[in-house]
Amino acid sequence: MPPLLRLKGISKQYPGVRALNDVEFELNAGEVHCLVGENGAGKSTLMKILSGALSKDSGEIIIDGKKVEVHSPSDALKFGIGIIYQDFKLVPELSVAENIFLGKEPVQTGVPFIDYAAMHRSARLQLAQLGEELDTTVPVHTLSVAQQQVVEIAKAISQKVTILALDEPSSALTERELINLFTIIRRLTSEGVGIIYISHRLEEIFQIGDRVTVLRDGKVVNACRVAEADRKSLIRWMVGRELEDEYPRFGLTRGEELFRVENIHAGILNGVNFSLHRGEILGFAGLVGAGRTELARVIFGADVKESGRMFLRGKEIAPRSPREAIDLGIGLLTEDRNRLGLIPEMNVVENISLSSLADLLRGPFLDTSKETESVRVLIEQLRIKTPHGHEPVENLSGGNRQKVILARWLLTKSKMLIFDEPTAGIDVGAKYEIYSLIGKLAGEGVGIVLISSDLPELLGVCSRIIVMHDGCITGELQRGEATQEKIMALATLAVEEVHRES
Amino acid sequence: MQWKRCIVKANKRTNFFSPLPAKFGIGITLAVEVILFSQLSPYFFTAENILNVSLQLSITAIIAAGMTFVILTSGIDLSVGALVAFTGVISASIAKLSLPIFVSLPLAVAAGLMVGAVSGAFAGVCVTRYAITPFIATLALMTIFRGAAYIFTDGRPIWELPQQFALLAGGRVFGVPIPTLIMIFVYMEAYIVLEWTRFGRYVYAVGGNKEAARLAGINTNRILIGVYVICGVLTSLSGILLASRVNSGQPNAGLMYELDVIAAVVVGGTSLSGGRGTIIGTLLGAVLIGVLRNGLNLLDVNSYVQQVVVGFVILITVMMDQLRKK
Repeated sequence: MPPLLRLKGISKQYPGVRALNDVEFELNAGEVHCLVGENGAGKSTLMKILSGALSKDSGEIIIDGKKVEVHSPSDALKFGIGIIYQDFKLVPELSVAENIFLGKEPVQTGVPFIDYAAMHRSARLQLAQLGEELDTTVPVHTLSVAQQQVVEIAKAISQKVTILALDEPSSALTERELINLFTIIRRLTSEGVGIIYISHRLEEIFQIGDRVTVLRDGKVVNACRVAEADRKSLIRWMVGRELEDEYPRFGLTRGEELFRVENIHAGILNGVNFSLHRGEILGFAGLVGAGRTELARVIFGADVKESGRMFLRGKEIAPRSPREAIDLGIGLLTEDRNRLGLIPEMNVVENISLSSLADLLRGPFLDTSKETESVRVLIEQLRIKTPHGHEPVENLSGGNRQKVILARWLLTKSKMLIFDEPTAGIDVGAKYEIYSLIGKLAGEGVGIVLISSDLPELLGVCSRIIVMHDGCITGELQRGEATQEKIMALATLAVEEVHRES
Repeated sequence: MQWKRCIVKANKRTNFFSPLPAKFGIGITLAVEVILFSQLSPYFFTAENILNVSLQLSITAIIAAGMTFVILTSGIDLSVGALVAFTGVISASIAKLSLPIFVSLPLAVAAGLMVGAVSGAFAGVCVTRYAITPFIATLALMTIFRGAAYIFTDGRPIWELPQQFALLAGGRVFGVPIPTLIMIFVYMEAYIVLEWTRFGRYVYAVGGNKEAARLAGINTNRILIGVYVICGVLTSLSGILLASRVNSGQPNAGLMYELDVIAAVVVGGTSLSGGRGTIIGTLLGAVLIGVLRNGLNLLDVNSYVQQVVVGFVILITVMMDQLRKK
């Protein structure tokens, strides 16, 4: 039996760069084939060619043994190819059912009106097949990211997709939602759907993958059964060199107390207490919606607190706006750096200096030479890869964009930095660099708070981990004692399990 | 990094217009206009006509400078035309008071500018504090001011103003009309503010990504109120100059000015979604439309046809810039 999908000798040349070079890829029915590689390795280009969004220069796409030409996304659907991107292609204001049947709404017999009853019925059926129960009448923007993802999958399945590619499906999911996604994937594969699974989180590959193909610089470096690979070798293939360790070692020594909050109440936050010391990296774990981002925003003055007190170096503070927090020496690297961090129209220099312009004045005017000079130092120090400072920040990769934001907070001379999901969507090599920078700052006495949904990252980087659940702190674990299981138990409040274990 | 390179390259899909610099559309249209009109009318390229064009376009150009600030924050101000009329009748009525001229004239100007400042501040507060979209807030202000101008004058123009009032816009310094000089001054100031000051940088940041700007420590409400105040004051300045030019307070002055002004800003390359644009572009946009009107007048083209021509020229100019970007 021929494979469900075979990509044969796919090449794609951009002016000056070979994005894909003779790529081979095979997918069988009922199989999960993982595709990994650093940003720029060619995964997205390959997916775009498969979906018809880009044309290939050479090579063949063979489906069920027949050679096909995919010229447009609608061609791709015709051949049963569906791709779910990181940023979903749902219409936020339309209901779940309307989204699933967008463009192929069931029509009442005889009249040209949408048969809503039938639409909702089949939408519920579609979702039930995925083991999901959702109100099909609510607009999708009211759903969680995980639920929206399920809607996307239901939409693809309703279009009789047999080849489903998932691009970074886990990046915004909690551990529990991820388990649910895996259940859905297994359900689909048991029905003969072939899944292409793209992820930066390698542990997922070992959980869900049957085969793995590693891309580097547009070439297939290796393709093998997942059982034959291990984490270390995957990283070596991806990065092209040996990374002795995924997480750098810092050797930090805990200093005096830098920051403390007492009994913070705000929104879902319900009496939060913690303290942060110099020279430590304090991790915050928890499910999405546990209140970690809300806590960060309150500390940063972006949201107001209802009650509670905060102390920075022993002095009580009460920032009422980000500006006040910045002037106190607090910086926040927001989650979703593109939406909440960067000004896309501005260049690298302007994005970095944005919060420090008051220090870059000569009389009433901006001192642009001083600005360029202080930014240049940071670009070199953080090794931000940009042709020059006047490059639009949109043209930078995820890791470099994150460094731009970090540079912004270094320029304000922050004494305390809150990182909210700093490595989401960033590849292995760039992650390592970000961790090293975080460790270096901690070593210099900057207080670091690291909010992350990536448990191995928290375990690998943090000196101490606080776990939140439903607006409260449910536990605190020291570096030595923390394990993924203990964190998850605290995060889901299955505390008795933890006690039983210990 | 390869990823970056291929993105850059991918954006530069081959296109006839693509290697050309930004704002080239407006450059071409302007050049074509000038060449065409100077061939067709011997009077076009005379010093007198050039000064005349500059005087005619100064009124909308000054407003367009203010509108550029507003549009850069992804806002819009539809009230400018009505504000021109309201300021005009207020200033005219004060100029007419039986006070010594050295009192009434400065008072008329100061009161006029104050009207603009208050109106702008009000629009800014509606947009920030009450989160009303700029389109609606200024649409409401537009009909309020237009109505107020009619109520204030009983629908009749205010005539018989002191001679000196007409000198504001009618006077010349070294042969250059005063409104032209004011326009040049306004554009120099606007350039300095946008390019060289913190406020200017913040205007671009707020327009590019308002929430990110706030989280970077910018008081976005202050910036937004600021741009509406700037636009209001410059609009009122134009309103005073227009009243002075026609030496009367006309409640129906400035009809449809908002559209001319927005056209000048957009033709000049400023994005209606904010964050992108330049003040020089707006000046070129205003000149483009002003020169076109003047040329068509010199050629005795009837005013209905003029409207159609102006519309097409705006479309073609913006189209060329869009093609270049692709």
